[in-house]
Amino acid sequence: MHEPRAILISNGRIIDPANRIDAVLDLRIVDGRIQGLGPLPAEFEPDLIIDADGLIVCPGLIDLSARLREPGQEHKATIQTETRAAAKAGITTLCCPPDTNPVIDTPAMVTLVKERAHSLGFARVLPIGALTKSLDGEQLSEMAALQNAGCIALSNADRPLANTLVERRALEYAATYGIRVMLRSEDRHLRNSGCAHEGPVASRLGLPGIPEAAETVAVARDLALAEQTRCRVHFRGLSSGRAAQSLALARQQGLSITADVAAHQLHLTEMDIDGFDSHCHVHPPLRSLSDRQALREAVANGVIGAICSDHQPHDADAKEAPFPSTAPGISALETLLPLTLRLVQERVLGLSDAIARITCGPAQILGLKLGSLGPGCSADICIFDPNRHWELHPEHMYSAGHNTPFVGWEFTGLVTHTLLEGRIVYEESSSRGP
Amino acid sequence: MSKQNIQLGPDGRLRHFLTIDGLSREILTDILDTAESFTGISERTVKKVPLLRGKVICNLFFETSTRTRTTFEVAAKRLSADVLNLNISTSSTAKGETLLDTLRNLEAMHVDMFVVRHADSGAAHFIARHAAPHVSVINAGDGHHAHPTQAMLDMFTIRRHKGDFAGLRVAIVGDILHSRVARSQILALNTLGTSEVRLIGPRTLLPADARSLGVHVYYDLDEGIRDVDVVIMLRLQKERMHGALLPSEHEYFQLFGLTESRLQHAKQDAIVMHPGPINRGVEIDSQVADGPRSVILQQVSFGIAIRMAVMSMAMGSQTQAAK
Repeated sequence: MHEPRAILISNGRIIDPANRIDAVLDLRIVDGRIQGLGPLPAEFEPDLIIDADGLIVCPGLIDLSARLREPGQEHKATIQTETRAAAKAGITTLCCPPDTNPVIDTPAMVTLVKERAHSLGFARVLPIGALTKSLDGEQLSEMAALQNAGCIALSNADRPLANTLVERRALEYAATYGIRVMLRSEDRHLRNSGCAHEGPVASRLGLPGIPEAAETVAVARDLALAEQTRCRVHFRGLSSGRAAQSLALARQQGLSITADVAAHQLHLTEMDIDGFDSHCHVHPPLRSLSDRQALREAVANGVIGAICSDHQPHDADAKEAPFPSTAPGISALETLLPLTLRLVQERVLGLSDAIARITCGPAQILGLKLGSLGPGCSADICIFDPNRHWELHPEHMYSAGHNTPFVGWEFTGLVTHTLLEGRIVYEESSSRGP
Repeated sequence: MSKQNIQLGPDGRLRHFLTIDGLSREILTDILDTAESFTGISERTVKKVPLLRGKVICNLFFETSTRTRTTFEVAAKRLSADVLNLNISTSSTAKGETLLDTLRNLEAMHVDMFVVRHADSGAAHFIARHAAPHVSVINAGDGHHAHPTQAMLDMFTIRRHKGDFAGLRVAIVGDILHSRVARSQILALNTLGTSEVRLIGPRTLLPADARSLGVHVYYDLDEGIRDVDVVIMLRLQKERMHGALLPSEHEYFQLFGLTESRLQHAKQDAIVMHPGPINRGVEIDSQVADGPRSVILQQVSFGIAIRMAVMSMAMGSQTQAAK
């Protein structure tokens, strides 16, 4: 297919939080990069014009945590199905955790995932490398090699390090090379065999509980080690209000730590698992209403700088069992933008700030020059209609995983176009590939 | 996914019996009254009624149990149903798939009712949700969640001895955290209008936010059973000593074991119950277990009547719906 060299996105409401822009302006793209905003220079002759009248034009979304299931679990999803779903959802950059099979703990694995995504061309995939070999929590991975191969950060995925000494050394070693480390703070002993928030609902349903302390104890430990090692630590997927408060305090004391939260944690609570709804089986668990409120406040005031999807597509069988035996996780790419916009509708934060949490916020956390519509930036763009109402139906999802508790939810705001490096990778009511 | 009560049919009658949660006082009373009408059958020479003749009931036990399975089997046979007993180990890793596959296989044999015991909370709900529309599911214990027939036979026993629930104080003593029996008892007692439900145990054996279950919490046995009408002792599993939940059986018995002298704190006519099997000298002294206030063996025989009542009610509503 012939790629248009010069594109004009006309009359859209440009929301570019990185550059504090919120105005109706024309946007020009040349050779995959943003040329500029505003009045057209006389010599600009677009090959393609996208009429964005009445639409919002913002940077392509950046998702800090999305499982693509490839390699190793292709029966659940593939890089092809999930990056295509990302394009439909306005997401142009995805960070995939290292808990694939085999684990992303060698440069070859990093290259494999990156190249597979690149050849498909739907979305930019940035692998997160393993912090320890095979994620075993014992031996350090070859961190510098992983970094050179293109890992955006290192993480032990959802397998927190049990050994504090290994964690200390992993953070120290990573700090030597300025590598970001993403931690999922959880004390595995306190988690025990729990599958739901330890609170009134789990008590009534007789589900083994995961206490809030499983997170707060580990956050305290991880903060102490982040301070001592001066490693750039990012806290992934918070679930409790108290953990967010600890991070706020640490930031006030000058620690340069960052954090994200999964979009579903800002909308669901422990109440939603009632009736043993396995689609609400997530990890970390859905907690109380006051936790949800505190997490929303932390997103609003910026302590939590990014909202991620924590996308975990599953095959149907994985959710077809009694609640404790089901696999945790939500197929969440296609609800990242809708759930974030819903925060605006529920007056948690303003539109520009909301968009910041899924664009320039995660870009800053990763230290990337993405998530911005500034001149010279990669033309990764999401265009959505802020007034379109729609309802989520599994049969309309592009992700191979249809496991979502948001079926039947009504959303306002629908992606009409997604551009990656100046190429249209999604256009509504067509499935045009790159 | 529907979060409404899947136990009830469109006519509001019992389709499945999965939990006490969400059932009205009328339905619980109906179960007790129906059970009352069945108690006579056990004393007859011919201990059978033809209510479920031609029906196939499958005892699907993923956890071993002799007593509960046997009473379900006796109840089903007294209702003239055919009974299949299946004991399936849950040690296989892919038990979720096994469960659904097992269900499909048994449905192909035209089973009309499943009596299910499983180690996972919510297993009976899961099976009810996936069973064919004409099939009833009775929960015989799921994880730490519910054991509603046990709770109803306990309610039956209490009603036999105390008449009305209003004005009663009932204490449940021991390992509430891991007890599906206690959860169902609390719901049943509260639904039936019991004045006060008390939980007594160390904090390691009480659920988080125990008070949210609608109970008063005591950490001291003597204080907790003061002036109660009913004392329900729970079985203490030996493995609780390993998970750092308790220091020793000895200390547990010192603090929470029911002895004659401690029972003096309860009302003069208080009854002592236990879902069995009892651990003599761990949670209850033999003198109490075999004493005049113990109704433990009555509970077992009432269990058959309760299970007959629940089976016939659930199957009756299914048969009616099919017409």
